[in-house]
Amino acid sequence: MKSSRFDATVLTLCFAFLYIPIIILVVYSFNASKLVTVWGGFSLQWYRTMWSNEGLMDAAWVTARVGVLSATLGTVLGTLAALSLVRFQKFPGRMLFSGMIYAPLVMPEVITGLSMLLLFVALNIDRGFWTVTIAHTTFTMCYVAIVVQSRLMTFDRSLEEAALDLGCPPVRTFFKITLPLILPAVIAGWMLAFTLSLDDLVIASFNTGPGATTLPIKIYSQVRLGVTPEINAICTILIGFVTIGVILASISTKRTELRRIRDEHVALRGTT
Amino acid sequence: MASVSETQAANTPNPARWFVVVVPYLWLLLFFTAPFLIIFKISLSDTAIAMPPYTPVFPGFGAISGYISKLDFENYLFLTEDPLYIKSYLSSLRIAVISTFLLLLIGYPMALAMARAPITLRPTLVMLVILPFWTSFLIRVYAWIGILKPDGLLTLLLQTIGLMGPNEQVLIFRTDIAVFIGIVYSYLPFMVLPLYSALEKMDNTLLEAASDLGCPPWKAFWKITFPLSLPGVIAGSMICFIPITGEFVIPDLLGGADTLMIGKTLWTEFFGNRDWPLASAVAVVLLIMLVVPIMIFQNQQKKVV
Repeated sequence: MKSSRFDATVLTLCFAFLYIPIIILVVYSFNASKLVTVWGGFSLQWYRTMWSNEGLMDAAWVTARVGVLSATLGTVLGTLAALSLVRFQKFPGRMLFSGMIYAPLVMPEVITGLSMLLLFVALNIDRGFWTVTIAHTTFTMCYVAIVVQSRLMTFDRSLEEAALDLGCPPVRTFFKITLPLILPAVIAGWMLAFTLSLDDLVIASFNTGPGATTLPIKIYSQVRLGVTPEINAICTILIGFVTIGVILASISTKRTELRRIRDEHVALRGTT
Repeated sequence: MASVSETQAANTPNPARWFVVVVPYLWLLLFFTAPFLIIFKISLSDTAIAMPPYTPVFPGFGAISGYISKLDFENYLFLTEDPLYIKSYLSSLRIAVISTFLLLLIGYPMALAMARAPITLRPTLVMLVILPFWTSFLIRVYAWIGILKPDGLLTLLLQTIGLMGPNEQVLIFRTDIAVFIGIVYSYLPFMVLPLYSALEKMDNTLLEAASDLGCPPWKAFWKITFPLSLPGVIAGSMICFIPITGEFVIPDLLGGADTLMIGKTLWTEFFGNRDWPLASAVAVVLLIMLVVPIMIFQNQQKKVV
């Protein structure tokens, strides 16, 4: 099998390319030496200096609040948008609607950021915590819409129809049947929205104001001055945080999936 | 009972249905589409040294003619007069085209290898591609600074294995090469995933038939695999090309002073020179340049739905 050896080589090289820089970053956050190229032994001192850096900690707190709020709002709006796209094949302006869902995914961030800022200025809204949150909600809801939409498309509608036929009102059907079934996708959407908000530098820079410095803005301003182990430390914590989150989410998705399959089996056996 | 709920679900505009569509619709109209109209308007207004730094125009209906006469294409004219802008646009396009090509060159074999991997291994491979994407963009670009800078890890590695003398250094940090490395690194998952989903759906019997009929593997690849994966190639290329054209973080952190990219120029115009109308004009022209790629992307997505 010549081609499988070739494939294995390609995969090894590509994954090495994807992971080695991140691994190096993490390893050097534990470096006692301040120099990137010198290994001075294992040390946690950069985590200590990071912890006592108030500016950095404030920024982390702002980022966490913006992230949770905008991810939650974005998930609600994105799920509604996905439902509209999949369930309602015809409504006035559907073309524009789907365009507005897809465009933010590829739109250069400098354009989105600048144009939103100009809106806030035109509406006389002071820039700060809320403007960043609204901006993040707007672009994250589109990612959530895509994730939930793909789940809704493979969705077995007979369960919903059964509930409706039995006289369950549509809103209740949604909360009792539809939502539990698409929940893994909704949770995945929330996580994606949260990490996107956690990540964003450009849109936040345009829409931030006094007292609403987010972590990426803070990191960016320090990175411009050069590589410091303290930044490596905070990056390592962020990476660890996201990795644990992704792993937990994938485990819970798998569990609900398994439970659903088991329930279906039980239900089928019950009917025969 | 049944028929009532059915017709209700299908036709009557009940309040819940209405709510589902209208809420996200209005949100996007207000916070995504309206800003584009405003950015266009501001790009036609004059710079003022104030906060906000442009002449605000809230004319009232009486003054509408005077208001319109105040708007002009001055900022756009300025974009054509100063070669910096044209050079930035062209350089952005060049960098975006080259990096999209590089991404295809690396991403295609990777996606193909993933699609040909044993079926039990595939979810793990997909997960491994997605995971770096969940890690901050900024962090991933930052990681390369420590590697690429002249006294960084790449120099150290090459010196250690003897490919470089102790006084030599790798001098690619703050050049276009570093920008290409950063872009390929950051966007690789975006290229691989659409390619993989196109290649994974491929019917293997076609390739078997070709090989039974004596078609050599490389020819079968160009005649069957590649044409069938074309939707993935287009989707992946657009998903990468469009944002790369307006990229700011990578050229700013890895590129040199002579790395011109329009995202960086816009940023400087806005944060450095505080010329909001000119920054808006830069953004509008960039948007116009990207209309065609965005339309291609949208069409591709609609086919999937």
